[in-house]
Amino acid sequence: MDSGNTAWVLVSAALVLFMTPGLAFFYGGMVRSKNVLGMLMQNIFAMGLISTIWAIIGFSIAFGGDGPIIGNLDFAFMENVTSLDDNIPGFAFFAFQMMFAVITPALITGATADRLKFGSYVLLIGLWSIVVYAPAARWVFNANGWIFEMGALDFAGGAAIHINAGMAALAVVLVIGNRTGHGSEPMPPHNLPLTVLGTGILWFGWFGFNAGSALAADGVAAQALVNTQLGAATGMLGWLLVERIKTGHATVLGACSGAVAGLVAITPGAGFVGGVAPMIIGTVAGVACYFALFIKAKMNWDDSLDVIAVHLIGGIVGTLVLGFFADTAVNGEFNGLFFGGGIELLKDQFVAAVGIGVFSFVATYAIAFGIQRTIGLRVDLDAERVGLDQSEHAESAYAS
Amino acid sequence: MKLITAVVKPFKLDDVKDALKGAGITGITVSEVRGFGRQGGHTETYRGAEYKIDFVPKVSIEVVVVDDDLDDAVEAIKTGAATGKIGDGKIWVSDVDRIIRIRTGEEGVDAV
Amino acid sequence: MKLINAVIKPFKLDDVKDALKSNGVTGITVTEVRGFGRQGGHTETYRGAEYKIDFVPKVSVSIVIDDEQADAIVDVIASAARTDKIGDGKIWVTDVDRVVRIRTGEEGPDAV
Repeated sequence: MDSGNTAWVLVSAALVLFMTPGLAFFYGGMVRSKNVLGMLMQNIFAMGLISTIWAIIGFSIAFGGDGPIIGNLDFAFMENVTSLDDNIPGFAFFAFQMMFAVITPALITGATADRLKFGSYVLLIGLWSIVVYAPAARWVFNANGWIFEMGALDFAGGAAIHINAGMAALAVVLVIGNRTGHGSEPMPPHNLPLTVLGTGILWFGWFGFNAGSALAADGVAAQALVNTQLGAATGMLGWLLVERIKTGHATVLGACSGAVAGLVAITPGAGFVGGVAPMIIGTVAGVACYFALFIKAKMNWDDSLDVIAVHLIGGIVGTLVLGFFADTAVNGEFNGLFFGGGIELLKDQFVAAVGIGVFSFVATYAIAFGIQRTIGLRVDLDAERVGLDQSEHAESAYAS
Repeated sequence: MKLITAVVKPFKLDDVKDALKGAGITGITVSEVRGFGRQGGHTETYRGAEYKIDFVPKVSIEVVVVDDDLDDAVEAIKTGAATGKIGDGKIWVSDVDRIIRIRTGEEGVDAV
Repeated sequence: MKLINAVIKPFKLDDVKDALKSNGVTGITVTEVRGFGRQGGHTETYRGAEYKIDFVPKVSVSIVIDDEQADAIVDVIASAARTDKIGDGKIWVTDVDRVVRIRTGEEGPDAV
């Protein structure tokens, strides 16, 4: 075992964990003041529930055995995890992957803001982490997974995390329906400073997410860290540029959203691209995700905090452009179209995006529909009016 | 001239504003207030300690109108604010002796 | 006694307070309010979605005062709050039936 590598992966696990409270603030600032605790709670609660489920069964489904679709129970209750000891301890890998499992379902909460019943949320993400996330993580991150085997690249989870959570968000929105007053009552963000704070935490934690995915303290990790920074930076610039041209203002929320869009898009390629590629990827993502904002209005989907525009579209952009920009001089076995690798990788990236997307949508829709038909997904109208903080949690964020 | 004061549910403010606009009323003043009435409050729990929150968030609306517009304005507020559930609020009317538009110094009907 | 209510631009509050002080007014009550009038609002854009913010931040000043001083004080407020631009606000005066100083129980002019 290498102590330098181990140290970096352990620190990265902590960095990735910190992204979930970061996400809580990112989203919390954007909801109305009567729902901010409800939003913070859904995110922070994922740290409690998903960590536990991951230890009991999630990790084993994702990384046990050698099946291409689903793992086995070899690692249930953390049995045999030390058998994975190699360059780094098995438990370092286990911990690092645990934090990914925590944040992925939390990403969905932005789509269902202000109306999802807490008890139903618990059931939703608990089932989702076992039925949807663990298999998707296996396909992409485990050497036996069918997407990994096929040769598609996903360094830190553009498909397994962002496309996955984005399609899940769409599925849940279709089942739960729009917020009461959506389209007629104004629902602007109540505290953008919280959103800026959350963006900073997310950005900081993303270094662990991407550079930690090298699973070593080496040149690939350093390249991934630089790429992460440039993806976020140019994502912000790209978003603000089109926003300024279209609306006349460069907004604070736009800067935050563009940075996150860039971070999402650089995620799958963080350890596979170099040179100016991260800047191109970030810029394309910032512009594409900005224009993707208008999908929800056209379709009348109340994806309240734009999980589809930022995570689904950002994830698709990042996953597909890797088919052009992957460079074996940086890392890996496959060159993209622009580096003499031909169309093969792009095709594999496309199959990975569609495979994860379709699976996530169908499975999430089934889970959400099942909950809707049994205990219901959304709070009643009076509870929605008074806000989740009071109705679901018997607390208020801003005491008077 | 009359001063109309209405205490309504916060989420009905936009409806009341639109109803007043529809009735031709062009100036209103709004403040966030807390009300204690028949609606009752709710209970919050922090680390096991219960707090009874008696005061419910409300919005208070003030409108000065000429006597002729009074009934229409009150009706507009009533329609805009009503949900039929307890806690819809109250409206009261008082006499105004004098009114001035600060910028122009106009008084009386012209200042409304 | 009279109750004077002035809804003014927030940045003029200190001017109004100073003018009132130098004219012998010793007690005022101030509330942050939002006004909707001829000044109109502004538009905010969040992720491409436009929100029309109709309400403009204002400050409401309440003063209870002797009948004979009311007119003069209204003029003091009007000149202190004036910027000559739209949105300077309004002042209105209503009757006060009774006023009590809580500490002493004094009533009427003594309580003002």
